[in-house]
Amino acid sequence: MAKITLDALAHSYLPHPKAEQDYALKQLNHVWADGEAYALLGASGCGKTTLLNIISGLLTPSQGRILFNDRDVTQTSTTERNIAQVFQFPVVYDTMTVRANLAFPLKNRGAPAAYVAERVQQIARMIGLEEMLERKARGLTADAKQKISLGRGMVREDVNAILFDEPLTVIDPQMKWELRTQLKKLHREFGHTMIYVTHDQTEALTFADKVVVMHDGRVVQIGTPQELFETPEHTFVGYFIGSPGMNLLPAHVEGARARVGDTQIALGARYGALSGKVEIGVRPEFLRLNRVGAGLPVQVTRIEDVGRHKIVRARFDGREINIVAPEGDRIAPGAAHVEADPGRVNVYVDDWRVQGEAA
Amino acid sequence: MNKSVNQKAWFLVLPVLLLVAFSAVVPLMTVVNYSVQDTFGNNAFFWNGIAWFSDTLHSPRVWGSLGRQTAFTAIILAIEVPLGIFVALNMPKKGFWSTICLVLMALPLLIPWNVVGTIWQIFGRVDIGLLGYTLFHLGIDYNYTQGFYSAWATVVVMDVWHWTSLVALLCYAGLQSIPQAYYQAARIDQASRWKVFRYIELPKMRGVLTIAILLRFMDSFKIYTEPFVLTGGGPGNSTTFLSIDLVKMALGQFDLGPAAAFSLMYFLIILLVSWVFYTVMMQIDKDDVEGGK
Repeated sequence: MAKITLDALAHSYLPHPKAEQDYALKQLNHVWADGEAYALLGASGCGKTTLLNIISGLLTPSQGRILFNDRDVTQTSTTERNIAQVFQFPVVYDTMTVRANLAFPLKNRGAPAAYVAERVQQIARMIGLEEMLERKARGLTADAKQKISLGRGMVREDVNAILFDEPLTVIDPQMKWELRTQLKKLHREFGHTMIYVTHDQTEALTFADKVVVMHDGRVVQIGTPQELFETPEHTFVGYFIGSPGMNLLPAHVEGARARVGDTQIALGARYGALSGKVEIGVRPEFLRLNRVGAGLPVQVTRIEDVGRHKIVRARFDGREINIVAPEGDRIAPGAAHVEADPGRVNVYVDDWRVQGEAA
Repeated sequence: MNKSVNQKAWFLVLPVLLLVAFSAVVPLMTVVNYSVQDTFGNNAFFWNGIAWFSDTLHSPRVWGSLGRQTAFTAIILAIEVPLGIFVALNMPKKGFWSTICLVLMALPLLIPWNVVGTIWQIFGRVDIGLLGYTLFHLGIDYNYTQGFYSAWATVVVMDVWHWTSLVALLCYAGLQSIPQAYYQAARIDQASRWKVFRYIELPKMRGVLTIAILLRFMDSFKIYTEPFVLTGGGPGNSTTFLSIDLVKMALGQFDLGPAAAFSLMYFLIILLVSWVFYTVMMQIDKDDVEGGK
């Protein structure tokens, strides 16, 4: 087990990268604490897999260093780093039995037979493949094959970290839940450092202690699920996390007030002069419709009842605004006004959040 | 679901049936016809039962060429299949050089059989051929027209030169279809190079290897033109393979009856071996899949 440090790391797939957009992974400094479970969250093609492959040593970064417990491993091989990785699509050794598949990483490292047998049994029980141990891996379903891949990733106890590259893509939704719970349990039991790549926010938020959100080759925020929800540091985090995502409105910010169109909106903090693209962001959960005519005048276009609450789709000045309303509210399409909870309004300049002074 | 039974649909098969009849069944039947008859000339034939077949079965000459044929096919398969796999494993996987390699590998396959024979016939000549001349002046007793071993070596090397490419190209195609994640997983699992081959590459190549072995078996078992041009079946009978012998019998001696019986048995051997091989390979495949259910 190890603390993993990324020191001014960057990667480009081009041999001679010139501009910043040539980098699949932009310069990054980060420390992955020993024994924590991280989720690496972002849209497809944002550099998640690149980062993962650099950590596991399948890819050598074009710049920067990577350290395991203060030892520089930038140039060392995957084997030497002692990392386990599970890939997006099942990788099984077709001609081997399930047992041989699970034992393979241990046998290759010369583990004693008795230990291998015991450990394989233990892992098989955990992933629910105990009855299939003697079967050939070849004819199994995609679910079962991916479980074997997961099992092979977890079979070694002494690994520095376990990396998961969207491992549950091919698994049934119900099984996903079960496997994720198993992974979580495993994490608590053995305390491996785990990095879990996904583009599914539910998966990320339920699995990880800390979520690392990536956008366009850059890490835009690292935080607990609550931090990501309440104070998204970047408009992408606001948009990507939450369902529906955060509402963004272009605004003029003066002191503790924002002006959107002709409406004044109170802010929870005081801001100095801002230049650039200024926007305010409010989560749909912190907006309220009201009947007294105060707040932002909107046009309600659609109401979706999702069971526990209602999602109100409204338009303001050609933009869509989403509001989460309590289940009991009676809402009709047409003109309405929307108020925001001042403490929950964030201010963004050029997509990055600005910290205000206490008002 | 109710399916209506309409036997008239069989008429749709008729054109294919006719085509196959004229292209394969009718010519084959004329051979069958010859194999059970004898003649004293004047185009007058009479019934001869299975005498030609039993003669063929007891003919040392046929057994001799069958033995040489089997040895030849076994040798070239034992060389071409491992060599083809080895070449495929070491070919560049992408980029400029992979294209160059593919073109170079395809070249021998494009050369007509009799030209291949001629190339090697000249190449191996002791007086003007590069190979023969070099070997002779290195003090090696090489002469494919007179030496048994020289003749066999030349025929085998010629076939290896001509056809290893086919095995290599098929294996190359099989290797290209393996996703990168398999190799990455193997690195993570610390698998040795041999284990990567044994557990990833070989299983993924099995389909194409089956095809490659079948094609090479059938083709080499029917080989005629190249050794005929190179050695003419000699020295003596030492490189007279089945089809060379058959042509000698049918056209040289004009023994139509024995030749017909011989060729039918020849055909059946190829059919039988190919069928057994294919069925066994498919059965292994099926066992694997069902074993996993």
